Amino acid sequence: MANYDQIRRANSAFMTTLTALCTVLAVGALFIILAHIAWQGIGSLNWQFLIDRPRPVGEGGGIGNAIVGSLLLLLISAAIGLPLGICVGVYLSEIGKGRFGGAVRFIVDTLTGIPSIVTGVFVYAIIVVPSKHFSALAGGVALALIMIPIVARTTEEMLKLVPHSLREGALALGAPQWRVILGVVIPAAAPGIATGAMLAIARISGETAPLLFTAFGSRFFPESLNQPIASLTVQIYNYAISPYDEWHAQAWAATLVLMTLVLGINIIVRFLTRRKF
Amino acid sequence: MPVQTAAPRIEVRPAATTPTATSKAKVAVRNLDFFYGRTQALHDISIEIPERIVMAFIGPSGCGKSTFLRTLNRMNDVIPHTRVGGHVSIDDHDIYAPGTDVVELRRRVGMVFQKSNPFPKSIFDNVAYGLRINRVTSSSSELEGRVEQALKDAALWTEVKDRLKTSALSLSGGQQQRLCIARALAIRPEVLLMDEPASALDPIATSKIEELIFDLKKQYTIVIVTHNMQQAARVSDRTAFFLLGKLIEVNATEKIFTAPDEKTTEDYITGRFG
Repeated sequence: MANYDQIRRANSAFMTTLTALCTVLAVGALFIILAHIAWQGIGSLNWQFLIDRPRPVGEGGGIGNAIVGSLLLLLISAAIGLPLGICVGVYLSEIGKGRFGGAVRFIVDTLTGIPSIVTGVFVYAIIVVPSKHFSALAGGVALALIMIPIVARTTEEMLKLVPHSLREGALALGAPQWRVILGVVIPAAAPGIATGAMLAIARISGETAPLLFTAFGSRFFPESLNQPIASLTVQIYNYAISPYDEWHAQAWAATLVLMTLVLGINIIVRFLTRRKF
Repeated sequence: MPVQTAAPRIEVRPAATTPTATSKAKVAVRNLDFFYGRTQALHDISIEIPERIVMAFIGPSGCGKSTFLRTLNRMNDVIPHTRVGGHVSIDDHDIYAPGTDVVELRRRVGMVFQKSNPFPKSIFDNVAYGLRINRVTSSSSELEGRVEQALKDAALWTEVKDRLKTSALSLSGGQQQRLCIARALAIRPEVLLMDEPASALDPIATSKIEELIFDLKKQYTIVIVTHNMQQAARVSDRTAFFLLGKLIEVNATEKIFTAPDEKTTEDYITGRFG
């Protein structure tokens, strides 16, 4: 059946080309974005820009306070969101297998789909309004709320990939369930859980909407977590909608810094979670 | 299915058939039923397993021998929607009685699984795992001694003694299975359950594990599930034949393989079905 074989080979070649083409298109778009940001941003980038705070138009100024602010916001949200999210993931994968677990999973999935501006408004209502001022803490809480469902679901999926035989092996040695989870299951899934955490951090580091009514933004270096705080994304937003060319250039440079920051977080976490065994 | 005319010859190692009728029952099972949801997997099983012998469970796939093995350390507890009826006692203590400490039970009744399941940790940490979680010892020199002894008992020490800190996953399949045996032996259980421990291994690794089982019965009561009848004949003192969730016959291994009491057993042994 030489004819059939020819059709099969032609089919295979066609599909291989098609998938390769799609990959090139998708990855190509990403590279064009990255290259464009680098091209536009690199011109305004210098040491003074990285450490200075914003100045009036024409006086230069920088994004030092926004970098510090963004890092602080990430730290606050990771400190709240990672432990909570990971615990929910462990519960869903290891403990809650009944109806309640199913309900929790459904709610977590729903939370993932909530637009981030809604989270921002919610935190505005429950923290900013009662305390009567914007604050870094409110911003951190808003970001943490976005993080929790993402971390919970990736943790659950990663834990489910751990073979059941490992759990049985540990149980058969007389390990109580909590020790099986802490000593065998979580370590086996640690690289995956860390990757999920990293993705969640990368995701929230690009969020602007939930910070608008919570952290608000500031033109000064942060002195307290109880005050409004600057962040790269809000700074980029404010500069981008301004009418000044100088601020537009600074917005591009700040975008480049933000992307480098996210890339840096990715590389550091990859390095820390290399598989040792 | 082709009907075999000549029964395969199965040799019984004479030393493996030491008389054991006089030793007392380590494990006694009375009228055990087991259900997965509404499906009954085990029907009214009663059997006694004497101390310090090797008991083999044979039977075709799906006959319930692994399920039965797992009732002996309550490993089936972790499978949802299962139900047990009847009694299983170890040293005259009913392990399904309310208030039984399952963790303590599993410490006394060790288990080796069909597929080797080393933890993604170092060789040393794998063997030390059971000792650490059960707080067997706080001195690191004693811990090292127990790990070394367990690896020697599992005939693995000479192969791994220079790389205890490397990953257990770097070992070969046969070595991984012996590591799992060492891990089970390290906490010195009284009963060792083995669920087809050699089914995924080559003949050389299999013979090593069989020799090991032969040595281990001096100290442990061993229950082994096997698909391989020659293996049952080689390593066990007593053999139980299961079919469709029922215990058909339990007898001295020599008798099962030469002159079984039940016609069904003989049909299975001689390869007429299964």
